[in-house]
Amino acid sequence: MTDQNITILAVDDFSTMRRIIRNMLKQLGYNNILEAEDGAVALRLLQGGKVDFVISDWNMPNMNGLELLKAIRADQNLKPIPVLLVTAEALKENVVEAVKAGVNNYVVKPFTAETLKEKIDAIFSA
Amino acid sequence: MNVAFINPFLEAAVKVLQTMAFTEPQVGKPFLKGKTPVSQGDITGIVGLTGDTNGSLAVSFSEAAILQVVSNMFGEAFKEINDEVSDAVGEITNMICGDARRILAEKGYQFQGAIPTVIDGKNHKICHVFRGPVLVIPFTIGEAGRFFVEVCFEANRS
Repeated sequence: MTDQNITILAVDDFSTMRRIIRNMLKQLGYNNILEAEDGAVALRLLQGGKVDFVISDWNMPNMNGLELLKAIRADQNLKPIPVLLVTAEALKENVVEAVKAGVNNYVVKPFTAETLKEKIDAIFSA
Repeated sequence: MNVAFINPFLEAAVKVLQTMAFTEPQVGKPFLKGKTPVSQGDITGIVGLTGDTNGSLAVSFSEAAILQVVSNMFGEAFKEINDEVSDAVGEITNMICGDARRILAEKGYQFQGAIPTVIDGKNHKICHVFRGPVLVIPFTIGEAGRFFVEVCFEANRS
């Protein structure tokens, strides 16, 4: 069972998706949740504080999810943070690119809280 | 219009609403829209598609339908269309587009989607950028709610 006291950063340009993810995480017992509307804001939050896990959308303005992932992996302080990418598509070349960039897992929209739990548990039990 | 393009949008709309809003939309008989750009619903998400051909997708909700959908998605009652509801329409459109593109990719058709925009107001106009027939797939949710998926692809490339 994943530690439910971890701090999770939910990143998405649509507030609806941030809200859905927040509600699902609370349903799963996670209460320490931060939000960011794009990768650039997320990176500033990551560099400024303690985040244990990132759930990020792929397509966002300013800095998309893949760019955020690469920035996390390029920063020695942030590198170990697990990242779950959320995507509205699952094109093979995108998945390959994300894996090469060091993504821990991805989930395709639409998804349920159960699916999110499976993805999170798979990351933290690895 | 290539008929292979139609079912993925129908399947995606049903799947998104089932999964995210816990509703069972009932599909009605598709029809061609004709020349009027006036929306079928009260709030619409629209997104452009490029790739093997060019086109656009619009998802237009009646007020009753979107309020029920968003209330289900968030677990609280929404009584009027506001910024949160508008944002939800954008995300729903994004998800339907993404899932349809995934299905189309499995069939060998590659598309990229833009970030959706949302328009609201009674009798607002939906302007599909490319010339081509506009196919409308009507759905009902419960007793009063209706929404419409409009798909338009370039006539000379599809």
